[in-house]
Amino acid sequence: MSAFDLALANLLSPMVLFFALGLGAALARSDLTVPESIAKFLALYLMMAIGFKGGAAVAKTGVDIKLLAAMAAGIALSALIPLIGFALLKATTRLSAVDAAAVAAHYGSISIVTFVAATQTLTTLGLPFEGYLIAVAAVMETPAILTALLLARRAGAGAGHEPPGALIREIGLNGSVVMLIGSFAIGVVTGERGLRAVDPFIGQLFFGMICLFLLDMGLIAGRGMREGMKALSLAAILFGLYMPLISAALAALLCLVLGLSPGGAALMITLAASASYIAVPAAMRLALPEAKPSIYLTLSLGVTFPFNLTLGIPFYVWLAGRISG
Amino acid sequence: MQTYLKKRIAIVIEQPALNRVLDALDRLAVTGYTVYPVIAGRGREGSWRADGLVSDAGRMVSVVCVCDPSKVDAVVEPIYRIVERQVGIITISDCEVIRPDHF
Repeated sequence: MSAFDLALANLLSPMVLFFALGLGAALARSDLTVPESIAKFLALYLMMAIGFKGGAAVAKTGVDIKLLAAMAAGIALSALIPLIGFALLKATTRLSAVDAAAVAAHYGSISIVTFVAATQTLTTLGLPFEGYLIAVAAVMETPAILTALLLARRAGAGAGHEPPGALIREIGLNGSVVMLIGSFAIGVVTGERGLRAVDPFIGQLFFGMICLFLLDMGLIAGRGMREGMKALSLAAILFGLYMPLISAALAALLCLVLGLSPGGAALMITLAASASYIAVPAAMRLALPEAKPSIYLTLSLGVTFPFNLTLGIPFYVWLAGRISG
Repeated sequence: MQTYLKKRIAIVIEQPALNRVLDALDRLAVTGYTVYPVIAGRGREGSWRADGLVSDAGRMVSVVCVCDPSKVDAVVEPIYRIVERQVGIITISDCEVIRPDHF
């Protein structure tokens, strides 16, 4: 399938169309909302489903050197991408060092929803992928935050009072991370038998739940665009579009040596190209409170997430096919 | 009815910093506190709303505790050290209680 066909199929998928519905509704100031508690339930559900399925897949295939190599690659990408992002932001925008460091942290860390959307695209295309990549996703959350703190400290900005140990503990115990890793562990322990038992909940309902979740993400992204775009310069908006491609290229190079399947490589590239908007913003409010959420949240959620969901994922699938096919 | 003068300390703080504030209150000379959800507001950093947020980063929360006037500095100073870099407000006001031994 060509990159154009992949992009077209992706743009016309229910997932992307529900996201577009939410985005359009928010931009048109509709009163359509998903209640907060239901949005939280959907986020927990997605973490549970994706974690459990990944764990069950690892129970089937076992742990091997490829898993460890992919985790090491994920940690390296998460730690290094902020350095590139920070340098580009300082060179092309007028953001302060602390804002640039906070934005860079978001691009080094990952978006689990983008990852979930990519797994669903692969499932629709009939492309299998390595279940252990969910463990890679989990280890890619934190290194970027630590790199960003070092960058901010080096620039003499913020982070002066923050004990890193306490921060790492708080990030590690973030509810979404606990749910993801916990479900992965339960999947590993219970394997195929466990997966069969919960399949009606996390299997057959999964796609519909993602559509509802993405409707909410569209609403949130639309509100963010409406209210936050004023805080962003054109150079910052462009960063939100080209940075995922730079990260994707880096991940693609690593995939050449990791020996992943085309589906697995597509997910690895998607992880590197995605930008966090759940765990990292909360960590930034504690570690770099001087950084403006209107900049890093709007870029991550209002620019990069829609880009990845619509055009990025099909491109990453196509790229993975070229390097792993 | 007989009432007794106490101090009411109200802290409006960012949700991500809530656990740090509560841990500190647990260690300090307060006998209790109440956490309230808050809905929306506007301050020096702009306006915010609790709904429609995907992360805790933009959420605010309110913590209220009542203590004896003699303990106010011992409570407020450590709390301020935690929240001084964050978005938030600490207010201290007079209040009256019916059961003085509870505070």
